Amino acid sequence: MANLETQHAVEQFLYRQAELLDSKQWKEWVDLFTDDGIYWMPPERSYTTWDGTPAIFAEDKNLMNVRMGRVLHPDAWSQRPLWGTNHVVSNVVLKNVSGSGDVEVTSRFHMMELRRDDVRHFAGSYLHKLKKTSDGYRIQLQRVDMTNAQAAYDYVLQVWV
Amino acid sequence: MLQERIPDLSKFVEPDRVRRELYTDAEIFELEMQRIHETVWIYCGHLSQIPKAGDYYTVQIGRQPMVMVRKSDGGVSVLYNRCPHRGNMICGDMKGNTGEAFRCSYHAWTFHHDGKLKNIPMMESGYQGTRFTRDNPDCNMKAAARVEVYRGFVFASLAKDGPTLKEFLREAIVAFDDMCDRAPDGEVEVVPNCFRVIQHSNWKLFMENQIDALHPSVTHQSTGRAAHEVEKEIASKTKTGEAPLSYHMLSAFATVTIDKWDSFQTINYPYGHCILTGYMGLRPQDPDTLAYDKIMIEKHGKKRFEEIVGVNIHHVLVYPGLSVQSPLQQLRAVRPLGVDRTLTEIWHFRLKGAPEAIYRRSLAYYNLVNSPATLINADDLENFWKCHQGLASDGGDWVSFARHFGRDIEKNGVVESGPDMGTSEAPMRNQMKAWVQYMKG
Repeated sequence: MANLETQHAVEQFLYRQAELLDSKQWKEWVDLFTDDGIYWMPPERSYTTWDGTPAIFAEDKNLMNVRMGRVLHPDAWSQRPLWGTNHVVSNVVLKNVSGSGDVEVTSRFHMMELRRDDVRHFAGSYLHKLKKTSDGYRIQLQRVDMTNAQAAYDYVLQVWV
Repeated sequence: MLQERIPDLSKFVEPDRVRRELYTDAEIFELEMQRIHETVWIYCGHLSQIPKAGDYYTVQIGRQPMVMVRKSDGGVSVLYNRCPHRGNMICGDMKGNTGEAFRCSYHAWTFHHDGKLKNIPMMESGYQGTRFTRDNPDCNMKAAARVEVYRGFVFASLAKDGPTLKEFLREAIVAFDDMCDRAPDGEVEVVPNCFRVIQHSNWKLFMENQIDALHPSVTHQSTGRAAHEVEKEIASKTKTGEAPLSYHMLSAFATVTIDKWDSFQTINYPYGHCILTGYMGLRPQDPDTLAYDKIMIEKHGKKRFEEIVGVNIHHVLVYPGLSVQSPLQQLRAVRPLGVDRTLTEIWHFRLKGAPEAIYRRSLAYYNLVNSPATLINADDLENFWKCHQGLASDGGDWVSFARHFGRDIEKNGVVESGPDMGTSEAPMRNQMKAWVQYMKG
């Protein structure tokens, strides 16, 4: 039954992460990562490392802070218009649970984005490598494989998916 | 009809301003495609994208779907991506390997890599006595009128006549020389990933923005400031007191002041090309750079090395559709999709023979500035959309390029921005001068 508890805790963590994005709580979102945590979105599924390869995102906490600072700046022009997202996360499968409680988990997501009157859809899979701490899980690596990663981007991605 | 509505297009371009219709009129766009993009030399790709015989990459030239393919003899063809039988597109994928021949998915006509017909099923029984014979050129995939390769960069022109590639590029050829010369082995290879981003505006706005030296400190202030804060914090925690160069690449968008931009220069050439000199020519003195310097000096000698790294370029524009940042090995190709939609294809290159750390700089710029999650271009694209909305309105008829107008220095058709006037709108004025010439047909 320990697995069910872990499954539940991990699912709640993933849902909370998505909620923080959709409610634009950027700092709380960045705080979900360990100090050496990486958010990575490769251009294709075939990529095996974020280090030294082209990436849509390959951000450590410092770069996450740049992105957060940018979107919070009063002159981030592209942030002005009506802009919001809605994530649905599902298909949560535990891949590995270590003795110390660290977790590797895959899931699927679908994100609808509204900007002005334009709706876009992004979908794909997450791989989370979670570290268990006294304060709950922290993300060491989040890999995001978007099904439409290679498609032409009609406008760009301003924040994490 | 355009001719009836606007009998003389040249009246729409004055030395310091142009009419808004240049950005919004669908018929002007059609004429541009015909007289500019489907006439001049257009960048198709790099040979290292198609290393093996049969490797192909599709590319749009103006309104024409083309395919660039490596031939068995090592050469390259650029063909219309169209079967001469019923017009079916031959390559449905963006890239791939076609094997020994192209094969149409509709009726299995096959073609050699140079586009010549290889075989038609039922050639003997079905086509005897018809116009379709093996030696009829109408049976071939049509080839681009002209193809030229310069240091691995492939260009095609769909017009039979016109300047050679070198005559066309003129001084802007430095984009490719500077990039390749910086490689210890004298050549570059593409990193096989293309980022593609669509902007909701006319293609000319992209070309104008690339060398608009006033816009970075306004448009990109948010990212520049945010990066500067993080840069300072990292620097305060390291022994050297410096943050990685990639933070400077971002913070420079805000910390390089307008005075500084003004101290750079634009040099503008016939056909609309432009070179912006500037800060990327500066040479850091970190261990990675010094290791690279050592390799280069061993290879070329001190004198030639100094010449190579002394080339002071921030940006080279090859009008109408190519933007190259040679010191960071970035290349953006512009593909107009419609009067109000433009695709950019974004590549970066590896300097052959250079240490990995030097590649990482190019990669950092590619990922941070040029990826679809760009920290920089998000605000450019926002501006492009807004420009298009405003230009499509009746709120005014003109677009102004008057900044430092009258202070350009012109010699033999080459226009330099005046001293300490790097933010001059000279490049836009020069592009429009070329535009008028092209549009005369």
